[in-house]
Parts: sequence; C-alpha cells; structure tokens
Amino acid sequence: MLEQYLPVLILVELAIILAIAFILLSRLLGPNRPASNKLGAYESGMDPIGQARDRYSVSFYIIAMEFIVFDLEVIFIYPWAVRYQEFGEGTLWAMMLFIFILFLGLIYTLKKGSFDWDTEHTATRKPRL
Amino acid sequence: MESANELLTILPVIIIGTAGLLVMMVDAFTENSRTAYWITVLFSAIGLAVSVNSLFGPTGTSFYNMIAYGGTAAFGAVLVMTGTLFSVMLTREYLEKTGRHIAEVYSMMLFATFGMLVLVQSNNLVTLFLGIETMSISLYVLAGLVKDEKKGVEAALKYFLLGAFSTGFLLYGIALLYGASGSTFLVDIAATDEKGLIYWAGVALLLVGFFFKVSAVPFHMWTPDVYQGAPTTITAFMATASKAAGFVAFILVLSRALPDVRAEWSDVIWLFAIFTMVIGNILALVQDNVKRMLAYSSIAHAGYVLIGFAAATGAAYSAILFYLFAYTLMNVGAFGIVAYYEWNKGLDFTEIKNYAGLGYQQPLMGVLMSVFLFSMVGIPPFAGFIGKYRVFAAAIDEGLISLVIVGVLASAASVYYYIRVLVYLYMKEDEGAQVTLVKPGMLYSVTLVILAVLTLYFGINPGSLTDLLLSFKDAAY
Repeated sequence: MLEQYLPVLILVELAIILAIAFILLSRLLGPNRPASNKLGAYESGMDPIGQARDRYSVSFYIIAMEFIVFDLEVIFIYPWAVRYQEFGEGTLWAMMLFIFILFLGLIYTLKKGSFDWDTEHTATRKPRL
Repeated sequence: MESANELLTILPVIIIGTAGLLVMMVDAFTENSRTAYWITVLFSAIGLAVSVNSLFGPTGTSFYNMIAYGGTAAFGAVLVMTGTLFSVMLTREYLEKTGRHIAEVYSMMLFATFGMLVLVQSNNLVTLFLGIETMSISLYVLAGLVKDEKKGVEAALKYFLLGAFSTGFLLYGIALLYGASGSTFLVDIAATDEKGLIYWAGVALLLVGFFFKVSAVPFHMWTPDVYQGAPTTITAFMATASKAAGFVAFILVLSRALPDVRAEWSDVIWLFAIFTMVIGNILALVQDNVKRMLAYSSIAHAGYVLIGFAAATGAAYSAILFYLFAYTLMNVGAFGIVAYYEWNKGLDFTEIKNYAGLGYQQPLMGVLMSVFLFSMVGIPPFAGFIGKYRVFAAAIDEGLISLVIVGVLASAASVYYYIRVLVYLYMKEDEGAQVTLVKPGMLYSVTLVILAVLTLYFGINPGSLTDLLLSFKDAAY
C-alpha cells in the first residue's frame, strides 16, 4: 500500500540532498564577502523596515493583478491538460480560445501602459477621466 | 455538426462577448470612444434581434445540460438585451456631457451583459454562479466609474463589499445543495430524496443570495447608495438588466431545482414580498432625491414581482416576465430623463426641488417622464398596469388574497412619490432655480420616445406578448 509513495519519498530525499549540496558547494567554491545589506529581507525591492504609511508605486498593484490573472490561467490549464485524453481534441480549441481572450487582455494592458515603468513618461501622460 | 448547433443556442452570449473584446481592442489601439459606442449599439441590437428570434425557436438544453435555451431563458435574454441596448444608447450623450466618456464603459457594460445572458440561460448552479459573478464584477467597476467623486467611490465599494458578501451566501447555498443532492444540475437537485438539514440550509442560503441580488428587504441596504452614486445611465442599466436577469434565474432555479418544496419556499417569499413592498414604498415616500426615490421604487417593484413568486404557478411566472419587461422599459426611460436633467446642471442635480418648473422648458422630456412615472404607478393604459394586474391576478388565483391587498395598498401609496415628481415638474414653477435646459441630442430623444411608445404599446396591446409568455412550458410548475 505504502509502496506507491516510494517515488514521492525519493523526490523528497533528492530535494533535501540537492538543497544541502547547493548550499555546501556555494560555501566551498564561491567567494565570501559578507555585508550587512545582504542580511536584510528582500521585498519586491522595497525597504522592509519603516513606516506602514509609506508611499509606493501603484505599479506594484497592477503587476500583482496581472500576475494573478495569468496564474489563474495556469490553474485552468493544468486540470484540462491532465484529462486531455478523455476530453478529446475539441477542447484544445476551447482552451486556445480561452488563452486568446487572455492574450487580448494582455494586449489591452500593454497598450494602456501598465508595464510602463518609466515614471517620467507616465507622469506627463494626460490623465483620463 | 452537433457542436455548431450547440453554439447557436448561446448565440447572444457569443455576439456580446465578441463585441466586448472588440470594444476593448478598439479602446487599446485608437482610444476612440465614439467608435466603441457604435460597435456596442450595433452588437447589442444584433443580440436583441437574435434573442427575440430565439423566442420562437425550440427549447432544450445544450453543453452537457449546462445551458438551457428557448422559452423562459430566451425571454430572459430579450429582457437583458432590451435593458442593455437602451441604456447603452443613453449612456454616450450623458457621459459626454458630464465629461467622462471613455470606451471602457462599453466593454464593461458588454461584459456585464455577457454575464447576465449566461445567468438567464443557466441550467446548472455552476453556470449560474459564473454568470452572476461575471455580471457583478463588471457592475462593481461601472458603479465606481466616477472615481473622483466621493459618492461614486462609496457606491462602488459598498456594492463590492455587499455583493461579495451575498456571493458568499449564494456559493455556500450551492455547496450545501451539492452536498445534499450530489449534483449541481437543477433537475438533479429536484430529484433529491433525503431532505435533511443540509438540504434546507442550502435552499435558505440560495434564497438569501438571490434576495441580495434582486434587493429584497431586508437585503436591500446597498441599493439606494449604489443607485444614487453610480452614473445615472449606468444605474438604469443596473436597475433593469441585472435585476431582470436575477429574477429570470430565480424563476429557473425555483421551478426546476425546487419544484417539490414549493409550498415551503413560497411561504418564505410571501413574507419577503410583504416586507419588500411595504418598506420599499414607505422609504420611497420620504426621499427628496429623485435617483434615491427611483432606487427605493425599484425595491418596491421587486416586492410586486415577489408576489408572483409566492404564487408560483405557470401563469404567475409569465406575469413576472411581463412585469419585468414593462419594468425594464419604464425604468430605463425614467433614469434616462433624470440623466438628461442632470447633465444640464452638473452632477448632484437630482434633488426633487431642482426639478421645479422644468416640465415646461423641454415639453417632450416632461411628457416622457410623465409616461414613465404613470406606468410605474400602474395606471392604464401603460405597460406597468398590465404587469401589476397580471401578477396580482395570478396571486388571487392561488388564493393569496392578503398578499394582493398589501400589494394594492402599497402601490396606492406609491402614487404619492411618483406624482410628486410631476408636481414639481409642472406646478411649482415659481420655486425653481432658473435653469436653462439644452435640448438633448436626436438619438437621445428618439431612444426615450421609443421606450415610451413601447410602454404605451404593451399597455394597450399586451395580448401577443402575454400569449407568448404563457406558452412557455419550461418554467411552468
């Protein structure tokens, strides 16, 4: 009964071994120049310590939203891909259509400048509404 | 080709979805909101024509029974498309005059319509949920269109929070019903043998979710603020198309998924109908803002519609459908006139005292407003009268005399606040601030005239439509 979990166990072991190996190897082989900055947390390029009421770029939200959209796309694609044999070829076109619609959404956000990180350019753009 | 035929059963959905994407691309590449407007009008008109055509087509289910088409579902699509087409036609001039005309409005309206069309065609609780969410999320955005105005932001946030809350109820109800019946298909839920606590809790939560969406008392709190804060033509869209879609889906769920426990839910709805009518009308009496008054009046109308649900016969369902049609016509019209007065003087020109004497300045607009308001009161020969009459008659056939008495008294009380608007328009000339009204554009007037003519036509000659609605057997109990 438990034998079927053997591959999982092997995978877990491999993961542990690999992780330890990487840490050890980089310790042994890499240069070692400690600095206090390197110990700080990395939060999307922002200073992790400071006031909670801080101003930061609205681009973070937009990028996060777009990330979620495409993340969800993957969530839909995986179960479909797993059972593709049963569903048949027609669903391939349905999935293509789904991805195409999301692609249109990507074009829209692109044209609206949501990936425009050049703040000067965005600031001079005429405000809408 | 079996699959091609299946696609034909959701043709309005496909047309509107395509239009939404097209408008989005037009906006991305040209930022030309006029082009977007015309595309939207064209596709909505095609969608309306297609759904009217499908009224006379076959009924059945497609997409592995996920979608129901024809009959009540087809008429639901007609209701949604009517509300959409007319409110879109009014939206352009209103938004241009108030300086907020952007193409995104149309794509959001089209996506909301897409959701409503899915909603009215759903034959499975998952499809239903999908439709409701697509519709609601687009509407949250539309409510907050005026983002530099406090009221608009308040409307959007309130709508979003309460909408999300109600979605929670609905989803939990769906989950419990799935637990009790082992299926999300409406017909399979009807076949549930064991009706334990889970089943009843599921039914109750489902009802609460729907009551939220159609703003029945005591789940109506969001309605006045949202309807007042949203741009007026968008309010017209929300108050008609989305509400009609919610009610049609309610008919489908009740008649298909819960027919054997009809006695139980019709008692519950009986109580909610009384609350909704009484509280909606009483609160409308004291409103000094016309938009807010119309919001409470839409709650009151939801109460009259619920009378039909309490009766729950085939005749009652057809009466509800007719009522919703009349309701859509007259509400889009009334909000259209409010929008027209509003753009002449800037936003917030919706207090009833602002209207003093306006009826004489642009006689056509005043007369049209009278038509819509008289129809809402339920005075013959307008469609609103036939709608109310048929709902009440269906309830009397089922012996719900006390409910009908409350309904009649409530609509008698409603005369006060509807006619009060006309009193200000025509009889308080000396009290008003001197405002010079600018004539509305040709298309705007024509749209409103069409709405008024339809209101009058279906009031005088309702026969063909009511016969058609009575012939729908798919929702008949």
